[in-house]
Amino acid sequence: MNAADTGFILICAALVMFMTPGLALFYGGMVRAKNVLGTVMHSMVILGVVSIVWAVIGYTLSFGSDIGGLIGGMDFFALNGVGLEPKEGVDNLPHLAFMVFQCMFAVITPALITGAFAERIKFTGFLLFTVLWVIFVYSPMCHWVWGGGWLAGFGALDFAGGAVVHMSSAASALACAIYLGKRSGYGKQPFMPHNLPLTVLGAAILWFGWFGFNAGSALAANGLAASAFTTTHMAAAAAAIGWMVVEWIHRGKPTTLGFVSGAVAGLVAITPAAGFVTVMPAIVIGLLAGGICYGGVLLKHLFGYDDSLDVVGIHGLGGTWGALATGLFATTVVNEAGSNGLFYGNPGQLWIQFVSVVATWAFCFVMTMILLKIVDVVCGLRVNSEDENKGLDVSQHSEVGYQL
Amino acid sequence: MKKIEVITRPYKLDEVKEALTAAGIKGMTVSEVKGFGRQRGHTEVYRGAEYQVDFVPKVKIELVVEDALAAEVIKTIQNAARTGEVGDGKIFVSHIEEVVRIRTGETGNSAV
Repeated sequence: MNAADTGFILICAALVMFMTPGLALFYGGMVRAKNVLGTVMHSMVILGVVSIVWAVIGYTLSFGSDIGGLIGGMDFFALNGVGLEPKEGVDNLPHLAFMVFQCMFAVITPALITGAFAERIKFTGFLLFTVLWVIFVYSPMCHWVWGGGWLAGFGALDFAGGAVVHMSSAASALACAIYLGKRSGYGKQPFMPHNLPLTVLGAAILWFGWFGFNAGSALAANGLAASAFTTTHMAAAAAAIGWMVVEWIHRGKPTTLGFVSGAVAGLVAITPAAGFVTVMPAIVIGLLAGGICYGGVLLKHLFGYDDSLDVVGIHGLGGTWGALATGLFATTVVNEAGSNGLFYGNPGQLWIQFVSVVATWAFCFVMTMILLKIVDVVCGLRVNSEDENKGLDVSQHSEVGYQL
Repeated sequence: MKKIEVITRPYKLDEVKEALTAAGIKGMTVSEVKGFGRQRGHTEVYRGAEYQVDFVPKVKIELVVEDALAAEVIKTIQNAARTGEVGDGKIFVSHIEEVVRIRTGETGNSAV
Protein backbone atom coordinates (compact mmCIF):
# COMPACT_ATOMS: atom_id res chain seq x y z
CA MET A 1 0.00 0.00 0.00
CA ASN A 2 1.17 3.49 -0.84
CA ALA A 3 0.41 6.39 1.49
CA ALA A 4 0.66 9.10 -1.19
CA ASP A 5 -1.66 7.19 -3.53
CA THR A 6 -4.14 6.52 -0.74
CA GLY A 7 -4.23 10.15 0.33
CA PHE A 8 -4.58 11.30 -3.27
CA ILE A 9 -7.42 8.90 -4.12
CA LEU A 10 -9.39 9.81 -0.99
CA ILE A 11 -9.11 13.49 -1.90
CA CYS A 12 -10.15 12.69 -5.46
CA ALA A 13 -13.16 10.76 -4.16
CA ALA A 14 -14.17 13.88 -2.23
CA LEU A 15 -13.74 16.01 -5.37
CA VAL A 16 -15.95 13.69 -7.39
CA MET A 17 -18.53 13.70 -4.59
CA PHE A 18 -18.60 17.48 -4.83
CA MET A 19 -19.52 17.22 -8.51
CA THR A 20 -22.99 15.92 -7.66
CA PRO A 21 -24.08 19.02 -5.70
CA GLY A 22 -22.29 20.99 -8.43
CA LEU A 23 -24.48 19.29 -11.00
CA ALA A 24 -27.52 20.09 -8.86
CA LEU A 25 -26.71 23.79 -9.13
CA PHE A 26 -25.74 23.56 -12.81
CA TYR A 27 -29.11 22.01 -13.67
CA GLY A 28 -31.04 23.96 -11.04
CA GLY A 29 -30.15 27.33 -12.51
CA MET A 30 -31.33 26.27 -15.96
CA VAL A 31 -34.89 25.27 -15.09
CA ARG A 32 -37.78 27.59 -14.31
CA ALA A 33 -37.94 28.94 -10.77
CA LYS A 34 -40.95 26.80 -9.87
CA ASN A 35 -38.87 23.64 -10.45
CA VAL A 36 -35.54 24.63 -8.90
CA LEU A 37 -35.90 22.55 -5.72
CA GLY A 38 -37.31 19.55 -7.55
CA THR A 39 -34.30 19.61 -9.86
CA VAL A 40 -31.71 20.12 -7.12
CA MET A 41 -33.39 17.43 -5.04
CA HIS A 42 -32.88 14.85 -7.78
CA SER A 43 -29.09 15.12 -7.53
CA MET A 44 -29.01 15.41 -3.76
CA VAL A 45 -31.29 12.45 -3.14
CA ILE A 46 -29.16 10.36 -5.51
CA LEU A 47 -26.15 11.16 -3.34
CA GLY A 48 -28.01 9.49 -0.49
CA VAL A 49 -29.81 6.61 -2.17
CA VAL A 50 -27.22 5.50 -4.71
CA SER A 51 -24.41 5.53 -2.16
CA ILE A 52 -26.26 2.94 -0.11
CA VAL A 53 -27.28 0.88 -3.14
CA TRP A 54 -23.63 0.92 -4.24
CA ALA A 55 -22.39 -0.29 -0.88
CA VAL A 56 -24.93 -3.08 -0.64
CA ILE A 57 -25.06 -4.45 -4.20
CA GLY A 58 -23.66 -2.07 -6.83
CA TYR A 59 -20.00 -2.49 -5.95
CA THR A 60 -20.07 -6.25 -6.05
CA LEU A 61 -22.00 -6.40 -9.33
CA SER A 62 -19.39 -4.06 -10.83
CA PHE A 63 -16.17 -5.41 -9.36
CA GLY A 64 -16.95 -8.91 -8.10
CA SER A 65 -15.47 -11.98 -9.82
CA ASP A 66 -16.37 -11.93 -13.48
CA ILE A 67 -19.31 -14.05 -14.66
CA GLY A 68 -19.25 -14.60 -18.40
CA GLY A 69 -17.76 -11.18 -19.08
CA LEU A 70 -21.12 -9.61 -18.31
CA ILE A 71 -21.44 -9.04 -14.58
CA GLY A 72 -19.63 -9.40 -11.27
CA GLY A 73 -20.42 -12.02 -8.65
CA MET A 74 -21.58 -11.59 -5.07
CA ASP A 75 -18.07 -11.74 -3.53
CA PHE A 76 -18.37 -8.22 -2.16
CA PHE A 77 -22.10 -8.16 -1.36
CA ALA A 78 -22.68 -5.64 1.47
CA LEU A 79 -18.96 -4.87 1.24
CA ASN A 80 -18.03 -8.32 2.50
CA GLY A 81 -14.25 -8.62 2.21
CA VAL A 82 -13.83 -4.94 1.42
CA GLY A 83 -11.61 -3.60 4.16
CA LEU A 84 -8.38 -1.86 4.90
CA GLU A 85 -6.23 -4.31 2.95
CA PRO A 86 -5.74 -3.79 -0.78
CA LYS A 87 -7.99 -5.33 -3.40
CA GLU A 88 -6.53 -8.02 -5.60
CA GLY A 89 -5.10 -6.23 -8.62
CA VAL A 90 -5.04 -2.76 -7.03
CA ASP A 91 -2.32 -3.22 -4.46
CA ASN A 92 -1.45 0.42 -3.74
CA LEU A 93 -4.77 1.35 -2.09
CA PRO A 94 -6.92 0.08 0.77
CA HIS A 95 -9.86 -1.72 -0.82
CA LEU A 96 -12.26 0.70 0.87
CA ALA A 97 -10.52 3.66 -0.80
CA PHE A 98 -10.99 2.11 -4.22
CA MET A 99 -14.62 1.25 -3.44
CA VAL A 100 -15.54 4.69 -2.15
CA PHE A 101 -13.83 6.41 -5.07
CA GLN A 102 -15.85 4.26 -7.46
CA CYS A 103 -18.97 5.02 -5.39
CA MET A 104 -18.80 8.68 -6.37
CA PHE A 105 -18.85 7.73 -10.06
CA ALA A 106 -21.88 5.53 -9.50
CA VAL A 107 -23.57 8.51 -7.84
CA ILE A 108 -22.93 11.18 -10.46
CA THR A 109 -23.90 9.02 -13.44
CA PRO A 110 -27.63 8.66 -12.68
CA ALA A 111 -27.61 12.30 -11.57
CA LEU A 112 -26.65 13.27 -15.13
CA ILE A 113 -29.77 11.59 -16.50
CA THR A 114 -32.03 13.83 -14.40
CA GLY A 115 -31.44 16.64 -16.88
CA ALA A 116 -33.48 14.81 -19.50
CA PHE A 117 -36.66 14.44 -17.46
CA ALA A 118 -36.39 17.70 -15.55
CA GLU A 119 -39.59 19.59 -14.77
CA ARG A 120 -41.98 16.69 -15.37
CA ILE A 121 -41.09 13.54 -13.43
CA LYS A 122 -42.83 12.14 -10.36
CA PHE A 123 -40.51 11.88 -7.37
CA THR A 124 -41.57 8.31 -6.52
CA GLY A 125 -41.09 7.11 -10.09
CA PHE A 126 -37.72 8.86 -10.24
CA LEU A 127 -36.54 7.14 -7.03
CA LEU A 128 -37.52 3.66 -8.17
CA PHE A 129 -36.07 4.23 -11.64
CA THR A 130 -32.76 5.42 -10.22
CA VAL A 131 -32.32 2.41 -7.94
CA LEU A 132 -33.11 -0.01 -10.77
CA TRP A 133 -30.89 1.87 -13.20
CA VAL A 134 -27.82 1.67 -10.96
CA ILE A 135 -28.30 -2.08 -10.51
CA PHE A 136 -29.25 -3.05 -14.07
CA VAL A 137 -27.46 -0.49 -16.27
CA TYR A 138 -24.60 1.22 -14.43
CA SER A 139 -23.21 -1.87 -12.69
CA PRO A 140 -23.05 -3.99 -15.85
CA MET A 141 -21.46 -1.10 -17.81
CA CYS A 142 -18.94 -0.52 -15.03
CA HIS A 143 -18.13 -4.22 -14.97
CA TRP A 144 -17.75 -4.43 -18.75
CA VAL A 145 -15.20 -1.59 -18.86
CA TRP A 146 -13.48 -1.49 -15.46
CA GLY A 147 -14.45 -4.69 -13.63
CA GLY A 148 -12.80 -7.14 -16.00
CA GLY A 149 -15.78 -7.59 -18.29
CA TRP A 150 -15.95 -8.09 -22.05
CA LEU A 151 -15.30 -4.52 -23.22
CA ALA A 152 -12.07 -4.44 -21.27
CA GLY A 153 -11.11 -7.83 -22.70
CA PHE A 154 -11.94 -6.47 -26.15
CA GLY A 155 -9.39 -3.69 -25.66
CA ALA A 156 -11.72 -0.69 -25.35
CA LEU A 157 -10.02 2.35 -23.83
CA ASP A 158 -12.02 4.42 -21.34
CA PHE A 159 -9.81 6.16 -18.84
CA ALA A 160 -12.34 7.79 -16.53
CA GLY A 161 -15.81 6.96 -17.79
CA GLY A 162 -16.59 8.17 -21.31
CA ALA A 163 -18.69 5.05 -21.79
CA VAL A 164 -19.48 4.09 -18.20
CA VAL A 165 -20.61 7.56 -17.19
CA HIS A 166 -21.31 9.80 -20.15
CA MET A 167 -22.53 7.68 -23.05
CA SER A 168 -24.49 5.47 -20.66
CA SER A 169 -26.28 8.39 -19.02
CA ALA A 170 -26.90 10.07 -22.37
CA ALA A 171 -28.32 6.97 -24.06
CA SER A 172 -30.55 6.51 -21.02
CA ALA A 173 -31.47 10.20 -21.07
CA LEU A 174 -32.56 9.85 -24.70
CA ALA A 175 -34.80 6.94 -23.73
CA CYS A 176 -36.26 8.99 -20.88
CA ALA A 177 -36.89 12.06 -23.03
CA ILE A 178 -38.66 9.96 -25.66
CA TYR A 179 -40.67 7.89 -23.17
CA LEU A 180 -41.80 10.77 -20.95
CA GLY A 181 -42.63 13.09 -23.81
CA LYS A 182 -42.30 16.85 -24.00
CA ARG A 183 -42.93 19.28 -21.21
CA SER A 184 -46.34 20.94 -21.29
CA GLY A 185 -46.05 24.13 -23.30
CA TYR A 186 -42.79 23.10 -24.97
CA GLY A 187 -42.27 25.01 -28.18
CA LYS A 188 -45.10 27.42 -27.41
CA GLN A 189 -44.07 29.01 -24.14
CA PRO A 190 -40.53 30.27 -23.64
CA PHE A 191 -38.65 28.14 -21.09
CA MET A 192 -35.73 30.25 -19.99
CA PRO A 193 -33.08 29.55 -17.34
CA HIS A 194 -34.15 31.30 -14.14
CA ASN A 195 -30.77 31.70 -12.43
CA LEU A 196 -27.71 31.53 -14.67
CA PRO A 197 -25.26 32.67 -11.95
CA LEU A 198 -26.24 29.43 -10.15
CA THR A 199 -25.53 27.46 -13.32
CA VAL A 200 -22.11 29.09 -13.68
CA LEU A 201 -21.31 28.23 -10.06
CA GLY A 202 -22.36 24.65 -10.71
CA ALA A 203 -20.22 24.46 -13.84
CA ALA A 204 -17.21 25.78 -11.92
CA ILE A 205 -17.69 23.10 -9.26
CA LEU A 206 -17.95 20.46 -11.98
CA TRP A 207 -14.69 21.65 -13.61
CA PHE A 208 -12.97 21.60 -10.22
CA GLY A 209 -14.34 18.19 -9.26
CA TRP A 210 -13.46 16.75 -12.66
CA PHE A 211 -9.79 16.89 -11.69
CA GLY A 212 -10.64 14.22 -9.13
CA PHE A 213 -12.69 12.37 -11.71
CA ASN A 214 -9.97 12.20 -14.38
CA ALA A 215 -6.69 12.54 -12.51
CA GLY A 216 -7.95 10.21 -9.80
CA SER A 217 -8.63 7.55 -12.39
CA ALA A 218 -4.87 7.07 -12.56
CA LEU A 219 -5.45 5.42 -9.17
CA ALA A 220 -2.05 6.75 -8.06
CA ALA A 221 -0.31 10.02 -7.26
CA ASN A 222 2.04 9.87 -10.21
CA GLY A 223 2.97 11.28 -13.60
CA LEU A 224 -0.07 9.76 -15.27
CA ALA A 225 -2.33 11.58 -12.83
CA ALA A 226 -0.53 14.84 -13.61
CA SER A 227 -0.95 14.17 -17.32
CA ALA A 228 -4.66 13.41 -16.97
CA PHE A 229 -5.11 16.52 -14.81
CA THR A 230 -3.50 18.69 -17.48
CA THR A 231 -5.34 17.23 -20.47
CA THR A 232 -8.59 17.62 -18.53
CA HIS A 233 -8.02 21.29 -17.82
CA MET A 234 -6.83 22.19 -21.31
CA ALA A 235 -9.66 20.33 -23.01
CA ALA A 236 -12.20 22.19 -20.86
CA ALA A 237 -10.64 25.53 -21.68
CA ALA A 238 -10.47 24.81 -25.41
CA ALA A 239 -14.03 23.50 -25.55
CA ALA A 240 -15.44 26.51 -23.72
CA ILE A 241 -13.78 28.76 -26.28
CA GLY A 242 -14.89 26.50 -29.13
CA TRP A 243 -18.55 26.61 -28.12
CA MET A 244 -18.42 30.33 -27.45
CA VAL A 245 -16.98 31.06 -30.90
CA VAL A 246 -19.47 28.84 -32.75
CA GLU A 247 -22.38 30.44 -30.91
CA TRP A 248 -20.93 33.91 -31.51
CA ILE A 249 -20.90 33.25 -35.24
CA HIS A 250 -24.25 31.46 -35.31
CA ARG A 251 -26.33 33.73 -33.03
CA GLY A 252 -24.32 36.93 -32.99
CA LYS A 253 -23.32 37.05 -29.32
CA PRO A 254 -21.10 34.98 -27.00
CA THR A 255 -23.22 33.77 -24.07
CA THR A 256 -22.32 32.86 -20.50
CA LEU A 257 -24.42 29.71 -20.67
CA GLY A 258 -22.68 28.79 -23.90
CA PHE A 259 -19.21 29.23 -22.43
CA VAL A 260 -19.85 27.02 -19.39
CA SER A 261 -21.75 24.47 -21.47
CA GLY A 262 -18.74 24.30 -23.74
CA ALA A 263 -16.45 23.73 -20.77
CA VAL A 264 -18.62 20.83 -19.61
CA ALA A 265 -18.65 19.40 -23.15
CA GLY A 266 -14.87 19.48 -23.21
CA LEU A 267 -14.65 17.79 -19.82
CA VAL A 268 -16.99 15.09 -21.06
CA ALA A 269 -15.03 14.53 -24.26
CA ILE A 270 -11.65 14.29 -22.55
CA THR A 271 -12.95 11.84 -19.93
CA PRO A 272 -12.23 8.63 -21.87
CA ALA A 273 -8.99 10.07 -23.29
CA ALA A 274 -7.53 11.92 -20.30
CA GLY A 275 -4.91 9.35 -19.36
CA PHE A 276 -4.07 8.24 -22.91
CA VAL A 277 -3.37 11.41 -24.88
CA THR A 278 -0.88 14.26 -24.75
CA VAL A 279 -1.79 17.89 -24.12
CA MET A 280 -1.98 19.34 -27.65
CA PRO A 281 -4.33 16.62 -28.90
CA ALA A 282 -6.39 17.25 -25.75
CA ILE A 283 -6.79 20.85 -26.86
CA VAL A 284 -7.92 19.66 -30.29
CA ILE A 285 -10.35 17.21 -28.71
CA GLY A 286 -11.75 20.02 -26.56
CA LEU A 287 -12.01 22.55 -29.37
CA LEU A 288 -13.95 20.13 -31.56
CA ALA A 289 -16.11 19.00 -28.63
CA GLY A 290 -17.24 22.59 -28.17
CA GLY A 291 -18.45 22.81 -31.74
CA ILE A 292 -19.83 19.27 -31.97
CA CYS A 293 -21.83 19.56 -28.77
CA TYR A 294 -23.24 22.95 -29.78
CA GLY A 295 -24.58 21.16 -32.83
CA GLY A 296 -25.72 18.31 -30.61
CA VAL A 297 -27.89 20.69 -28.63
CA LEU A 298 -29.59 21.90 -31.79
CA LEU A 299 -30.23 18.23 -32.74
CA LYS A 300 -33.17 17.91 -30.39
CA HIS A 301 -35.11 20.53 -32.35
CA LEU A 302 -34.42 18.51 -35.50
CA PHE A 303 -35.64 15.21 -34.05
CA GLY A 304 -38.32 16.63 -31.80
CA TYR A 305 -37.43 15.19 -28.40
CA ASP A 306 -37.46 17.32 -25.25
CA ASP A 307 -34.12 16.68 -23.56
CA SER A 308 -34.67 19.52 -21.11
CA LEU A 309 -31.06 20.12 -20.13
CA ASP A 310 -29.20 18.65 -23.10
CA VAL A 311 -27.84 15.48 -21.59
CA VAL A 312 -27.80 13.85 -25.03
CA GLY A 313 -26.28 16.83 -26.79
CA ILE A 314 -23.45 17.29 -24.33
CA HIS A 315 -22.81 13.95 -22.62
CA GLY A 316 -23.91 11.79 -25.51
CA LEU A 317 -22.16 13.51 -28.37
CA GLY A 318 -19.27 14.63 -26.19
CA GLY A 319 -18.74 11.15 -24.82
CA THR A 320 -19.02 9.57 -28.28
CA TRP A 321 -16.57 12.05 -29.80
CA GLY A 322 -14.22 11.51 -26.86
CA ALA A 323 -14.37 7.72 -27.22
CA LEU A 324 -13.57 7.92 -30.92
CA ALA A 325 -10.92 10.60 -30.37
CA THR A 326 -9.24 8.21 -27.95
CA GLY A 327 -9.02 5.79 -30.88
CA LEU A 328 -7.25 8.54 -32.83
CA PHE A 329 -4.90 10.13 -30.33
CA ALA A 330 -4.07 7.45 -27.72
CA THR A 331 -0.35 6.84 -27.23
CA THR A 332 1.48 4.33 -25.07
CA VAL A 333 4.07 7.02 -24.43
CA VAL A 334 1.61 8.56 -21.98
CA ASN A 335 0.20 5.30 -20.66
CA GLU A 336 1.81 1.96 -21.43
CA ALA A 337 -1.22 0.15 -20.05
CA GLY A 338 -3.24 1.61 -22.91
CA SER A 339 -2.77 1.31 -26.65
CA ASN A 340 -1.82 3.48 -29.61
CA GLY A 341 -4.48 5.17 -31.65
CA LEU A 342 -4.81 5.75 -35.41
CA PHE A 343 -2.45 8.75 -35.46
CA TYR A 344 0.22 6.63 -33.78
CA GLY A 345 0.06 3.83 -36.30
CA ASN A 346 -2.75 1.64 -34.93
CA PRO A 347 -6.03 2.10 -36.85
CA GLY A 348 -7.47 -1.00 -35.18
CA GLN A 349 -8.07 0.91 -31.95
CA LEU A 350 -10.53 3.20 -33.67
CA TRP A 351 -12.66 0.19 -34.61
CA ILE A 352 -12.53 -1.11 -31.04
CA GLN A 353 -13.66 2.28 -29.76
CA PHE A 354 -16.46 2.34 -32.34
CA VAL A 355 -17.72 -1.05 -31.15
CA SER A 356 -17.68 0.17 -27.54
CA VAL A 357 -19.72 3.22 -28.58
CA VAL A 358 -22.38 1.15 -30.33
CA ALA A 359 -22.55 -1.45 -27.56
CA THR A 360 -22.91 1.23 -24.89
CA TRP A 361 -25.64 3.19 -26.67
CA ALA A 362 -27.59 0.06 -27.60
CA PHE A 363 -27.46 -1.62 -24.19
CA CYS A 364 -28.18 1.49 -22.15
CA PHE A 365 -30.98 2.77 -24.39
CA VAL A 366 -32.83 -0.55 -24.57
CA MET A 367 -32.34 -1.46 -20.92
CA THR A 368 -33.51 1.98 -19.82
CA MET A 369 -36.64 1.74 -21.94
CA ILE A 370 -37.47 -1.55 -20.23
CA LEU A 371 -36.90 -0.06 -16.78
CA LEU A 372 -39.02 2.99 -17.65
CA LYS A 373 -41.89 0.75 -18.65
CA ILE A 374 -41.63 -1.25 -15.43
CA VAL A 375 -41.53 1.86 -13.25
CA ASP A 376 -44.41 3.43 -15.15
CA VAL A 377 -46.55 0.38 -14.48
CA VAL A 378 -45.56 0.12 -10.83
CA CYS A 379 -45.90 3.74 -9.73
CA GLY A 380 -46.13 6.08 -12.68
CA LEU A 381 -43.46 8.34 -14.11
CA ARG A 382 -44.93 11.62 -15.24
CA VAL A 383 -46.67 14.17 -13.02
CA ASN A 384 -50.21 15.12 -14.03
CA SER A 385 -50.65 18.39 -15.89
CA GLU A 386 -51.91 20.31 -12.85
CA ASP A 387 -48.81 19.36 -10.85
CA GLU A 388 -46.59 20.16 -13.82
CA ASN A 389 -48.10 23.64 -14.09
CA LYS A 390 -47.82 24.25 -10.34
CA GLY A 391 -44.21 23.18 -10.53
CA LEU A 392 -42.36 20.29 -8.94
CA ASP A 393 -41.31 22.29 -5.88
CA VAL A 394 -44.86 22.79 -4.68
CA SER A 395 -46.41 19.61 -6.08
CA GLN A 396 -43.70 17.09 -5.15
CA HIS A 397 -42.07 18.72 -2.12
CA SER A 398 -44.46 21.34 -0.67
CA GLU A 399 -41.65 23.86 -0.84
CA VAL A 400 -40.85 27.05 -2.66
CA GLY A 401 -37.31 27.86 -3.70
CA TYR A 402 -37.42 31.64 -3.25
CA GLN A 403 -39.66 33.52 -0.83
CA LEU A 404 -39.59 36.88 -2.57
CA MET B 1 -60.00 64.11 -6.53
CA LYS B 2 -57.98 62.64 -9.36
CA LYS B 3 -55.85 59.50 -9.53
CA ILE B 4 -52.76 59.97 -11.64
CA GLU B 5 -51.11 56.77 -12.90
CA VAL B 6 -47.73 57.10 -14.60
CA ILE B 7 -45.98 54.31 -16.48
CA THR B 8 -42.46 55.28 -17.45
CA ARG B 9 -38.80 54.21 -17.58
CA PRO B 10 -37.44 52.72 -14.33
CA TYR B 11 -34.40 54.98 -14.23
CA LYS B 12 -36.67 58.05 -14.37
CA LEU B 13 -38.27 57.19 -11.03
CA ASP B 14 -35.93 59.32 -8.91
CA GLU B 15 -36.22 62.35 -11.17
CA VAL B 16 -40.02 62.18 -11.19
CA LYS B 17 -40.12 61.66 -7.41
CA GLU B 18 -37.85 64.68 -6.78
CA ALA B 19 -39.87 66.89 -9.12
CA LEU B 20 -43.16 65.90 -7.46
CA THR B 21 -41.94 66.37 -3.88
CA ALA B 22 -40.51 69.77 -4.88
CA ALA B 23 -43.97 70.65 -6.18
CA GLY B 24 -45.51 69.83 -2.80
CA ILE B 25 -46.78 66.27 -3.35
CA LYS B 26 -46.76 64.41 -0.02
CA GLY B 27 -46.99 60.75 -1.11
CA MET B 28 -47.08 58.18 -3.92
CA THR B 29 -47.06 54.41 -4.52
CA VAL B 30 -44.55 52.76 -6.82
CA SER B 31 -44.57 49.31 -8.40
CA GLU B 32 -42.31 47.48 -10.86
CA VAL B 33 -44.26 46.42 -13.90
CA LYS B 34 -43.57 45.30 -17.43
CA GLY B 35 -45.33 46.05 -20.66
CA PHE B 36 -44.98 47.26 -24.20
CA GLY B 37 -46.41 49.89 -26.47
CA ARG B 38 -44.48 51.01 -29.48
CA GLN B 39 -41.16 50.18 -27.84
CA ARG B 40 -39.83 46.83 -29.07
CA GLY B 41 -38.53 44.18 -26.65
CA HIS B 42 -35.28 42.26 -27.05
CA THR B 43 -33.92 38.85 -28.01
CA GLU B 44 -32.41 36.39 -25.54
CA VAL B 45 -30.32 33.38 -26.58
CA TYR B 46 -29.95 30.19 -24.49
CA ARG B 47 -27.94 27.29 -25.94
CA GLY B 48 -28.50 28.37 -29.47
CA ALA B 49 -32.24 28.86 -29.12
CA GLU B 50 -33.57 32.41 -29.62
CA TYR B 51 -36.39 33.81 -27.50
CA GLN B 52 -38.17 37.06 -28.33
CA VAL B 53 -39.02 38.92 -25.11
CA ASP B 54 -41.76 41.48 -25.83
CA PHE B 55 -42.23 42.93 -22.38
CA VAL B 56 -40.02 45.82 -21.26
CA PRO B 57 -39.50 46.60 -17.55
CA LYS B 58 -41.25 49.82 -16.51
CA VAL B 59 -42.12 51.60 -13.29
CA LYS B 60 -45.68 52.56 -12.33
CA ILE B 61 -46.21 55.57 -10.06
CA GLU B 62 -49.66 56.16 -8.59
CA LEU B 63 -50.78 59.29 -6.75
CA VAL B 64 -54.07 60.90 -5.76
CA VAL B 65 -54.37 64.71 -5.82
CA GLU B 66 -57.01 67.39 -5.41
CA ASP B 67 -58.78 68.25 -8.69
CA ALA B 68 -57.24 71.71 -8.80
CA LEU B 69 -53.68 70.42 -8.72
CA ALA B 70 -54.05 67.70 -11.38
CA ALA B 71 -53.03 69.71 -14.43
CA GLU B 72 -49.88 71.10 -12.80
CA VAL B 73 -48.86 67.67 -11.50
CA ILE B 74 -49.24 66.15 -14.95
CA LYS B 75 -47.01 68.86 -16.44
CA THR B 76 -44.39 68.31 -13.70
CA ILE B 77 -44.34 64.55 -14.35
CA GLN B 78 -44.09 64.99 -18.09
CA ASN B 79 -41.14 67.37 -17.84
CA ALA B 80 -39.26 65.04 -15.51
CA ALA B 81 -39.96 61.77 -17.34
CA ARG B 82 -39.65 62.84 -20.95
CA THR B 83 -36.60 61.83 -23.01
CA GLY B 84 -38.06 62.25 -26.47
CA GLU B 85 -37.44 58.58 -27.39
CA VAL B 86 -40.09 55.88 -27.93
CA GLY B 87 -40.74 54.23 -24.54
CA ASP B 88 -41.26 57.37 -22.41
CA GLY B 89 -44.60 55.94 -21.33
CA LYS B 90 -48.07 57.25 -20.53
CA ILE B 91 -50.04 59.10 -17.85
CA PHE B 92 -53.59 57.95 -17.05
CA VAL B 93 -55.98 60.20 -15.14
CA SER B 94 -59.12 58.91 -13.48
CA HIS B 95 -61.72 60.18 -11.03
CA ILE B 96 -61.46 59.12 -7.39
CA GLU B 97 -64.77 58.85 -5.54
CA GLU B 98 -63.53 58.80 -1.95
CA VAL B 99 -60.30 58.86 0.06
CA VAL B 100 -60.05 57.85 3.76
CA ARG B 101 -57.05 58.33 6.05
CA ILE B 102 -57.00 55.12 8.06
CA ARG B 103 -55.39 56.54 11.21
CA THR B 104 -57.77 59.43 11.76
CA GLY B 105 -60.83 58.62 9.67
CA GLU B 106 -60.56 61.92 7.69
CA THR B 107 -62.16 61.87 4.27
CA GLY B 108 -62.03 63.87 1.08
CA ASN B 109 -59.41 66.47 0.24
CA SER B 110 -58.01 66.56 3.78
CA ALA B 111 -57.24 62.86 3.50
CA VAL B 112 -55.27 63.21 0.26
